[in-house]
Amino acid sequence: MKNLKFNCLAGFLLLSTIVIINTSCERELSDDATEATFPKVAEIFIEDFVGMGSNFYFPYGGSKPTAWSVDREEGYNSNVSMRFDVPNANDAEGNYAGAIFRIDGAGRNLTEFDALTFYVKASQGVTISEFGFGEDFDQNKYMATITNVSVGTNWSKVIIPIPDASKLLQEKGMFRYAAGTQGTNGMAYTFWIDDLKFEKLGTIRTIGAAIMNGNNASVNTFVGVNSNITGIISTFNLPNGQNQIVNLSTAYFEFTSSNPAVASVDSNGLVTSLSAGTTVITATINGVQASGSLTINCSGNFTHAPTPTRNQANVISIFSDAYNNVPVNYYNGYWAPWQTTVSSDFTVANDNILNYTIFNFVGIEFSAPTVNANSMTHFHLDAFIPGSIAPGRQLRVIVVDFGADGAFGGGDDTRHSTTFTAPFLVSQNWMSIDIPFSAMPGLASRSNLAQIILEGGDGSVIYVDNVYFYN
Amino acid sequence: MILKYNTIKYLTLTTSMFVIMGCSSDEKQTVTTMNQLVMQDEFDEDGAPNSTYWSYNIGTGSNGWGNNELQYYTDRPENVVVEDGMLKITARRELYMGSNYTSARILTKGKVEQKYGRIEARIKLPLGQGLWPAFWMLGSDIDEVGWPACGEIDIMEYLGNNPTTVLGTVHGPGYSAGESISKSYTLPNSRFDTDFHIFGIEWGEDYINYYIDDVLYNQITPEDVPGEWVFDQPFYIILNMAVGGNLPGSPNAETAFPQTMLVDYIRIYQ
Repeated sequence: MKNLKFNCLAGFLLLSTIVIINTSCERELSDDATEATFPKVAEIFIEDFVGMGSNFYFPYGGSKPTAWSVDREEGYNSNVSMRFDVPNANDAEGNYAGAIFRIDGAGRNLTEFDALTFYVKASQGVTISEFGFGEDFDQNKYMATITNVSVGTNWSKVIIPIPDASKLLQEKGMFRYAAGTQGTNGMAYTFWIDDLKFEKLGTIRTIGAAIMNGNNASVNTFVGVNSNITGIISTFNLPNGQNQIVNLSTAYFEFTSSNPAVASVDSNGLVTSLSAGTTVITATINGVQASGSLTINCSGNFTHAPTPTRNQANVISIFSDAYNNVPVNYYNGYWAPWQTTVSSDFTVANDNILNYTIFNFVGIEFSAPTVNANSMTHFHLDAFIPGSIAPGRQLRVIVVDFGADGAFGGGDDTRHSTTFTAPFLVSQNWMSIDIPFSAMPGLASRSNLAQIILEGGDGSVIYVDNVYFYN
Repeated sequence: MILKYNTIKYLTLTTSMFVIMGCSSDEKQTVTTMNQLVMQDEFDEDGAPNSTYWSYNIGTGSNGWGNNELQYYTDRPENVVVEDGMLKITARRELYMGSNYTSARILTKGKVEQKYGRIEARIKLPLGQGLWPAFWMLGSDIDEVGWPACGEIDIMEYLGNNPTTVLGTVHGPGYSAGESISKSYTLPNSRFDTDFHIFGIEWGEDYINYYIDDVLYNQITPEDVPGEWVFDQPFYIILNMAVGGNLPGSPNAETAFPQTMLVDYIRIYQ
């Protein structure tokens, strides 16, 4: 009796000692356990969607809206996955598949992750155009995309490195894709995605970012002209030792103008020229310099062509900000093999200017439809030559009519060329050219006017504005 | 009755002790047992590697050091130098003495030769297809018996196109080159080219334990080798970085040169 009681007591003591010690080994809640951040949820789709809300799939315009579904037979180590049926190129409901997955609710804090990963396989070997994240049809601020992803017929893991997770405090754009049939001769195929989630792999190395594709580019501008930072990429080395290039949005970068008085650059990489001079635009990401730069050579204030004063009712306009323009096929036909002229059109204070560089000759065409100028009496064009004019220099202005067939050739085309030389031809000043149709006898008709051709270039630059017919 | 009480008291005490120990946050696998330092090179003095410990292999050996390696090993500071508290072995793409690459290979032969012990180094590795750095040992009787009879212990071997994996290997008579006894270790959430890691062996009679950081990943014993166990004699240490060769293949367009292997220290314990 005594023994039993004693044994029970001892046993109880032993047990309670263990219990006490066990509970006293529990960690206490840390002081920052109740930090108020957005949810740090990693999973997007595993066996089902996680934390996406109910209305989260938004297809792109022109894509087949029903391309996506949930497959309850296929899966990576499961039997559930997302299924994407990329349509035939002639599918009336949309000729490609593409959409964003945007959280229906609060965005996520992704600062502790370093990659978006998923498993993918396809019904045949294909190249998927784009996979990425960060597009929310709102600001689309922190987009990152990998392109031309090779997908086979068995499951393989895709890793999209996050360029700078510290910026992703509240992200709704979880995933995006675009897939077409350019590589499958227009024939439909299927691909599946499973285990879509953010991860902290720790096995990705940042190799380096670049703007302007790593080149030191330069551009000539005027005060008020905008330039864009393009060619924005970042290269990462994946855990398998392969490099992965990520196309990313400007918001990941901090931009700097070496001479802010010459040009400013905003957080979106939009450069605005402010005064004459030179500045170099560079960028850093996550504190590390990106390779490449954009040098702005600003010539100062731009002299605009005289503003047209005629009434719209008296004008058929090909190119002018003062009038409604007729449909134009092109402002530069790039007529191979002899044309050297390259267009570098710019806009200054909402005034659009045609800028022909390396100018030898160039054609402007407006043949769909052609222009009936029977009620017009003159042709007008403003031209500006910034460089010097050599002795004997000509500028020839040719007006072309396509004839009754309304098409190039056919034996019914006519044209007239008017030649301008010094003293009319000057540099550094707008020249207003007005040619009456009565002075263009080579034009047998003006019912189907279709082209303006400029000739006599010396390989330098000419600006053109306010191209129109009038009466 | 009294005995039972004492037993129970003892049990309570030891159980509590076990439970307390089990709650400690310092739970680590015991990977190293030898802690008596007998040799170290902390690479703290700028200049050439300390000649008390190190000499150089120069040139291309015989057929690229037996492996069709592409580099010419030199003793120039461009390829091997101590600075910033580290040994830096740098592979360069340059035309030199008929080779397209240069690098370095230093060894303790005739200067530091160790039988058994814990041999450890802290190293940060480069990135790129074709790079082949190693921290290894050869039997000191190599001039008498040749290779592989002298034995080779590869404490760390790394291929630059696989930045999360290293190999630990032995070569010996009957189990050399393609037949070597080897095991790889892959870091679960880090890389060898973004951080320093610790590579070492604990080597005794009839065993060689391989560890990386705090993970014991390989043990090789005489039962594991299909030939004579030749690891009961002194070995010397080699640090090198080869470029190209039978194992790594050649560098490709993405391999950026120069690339450097950084060694923070080498330590030998007993």
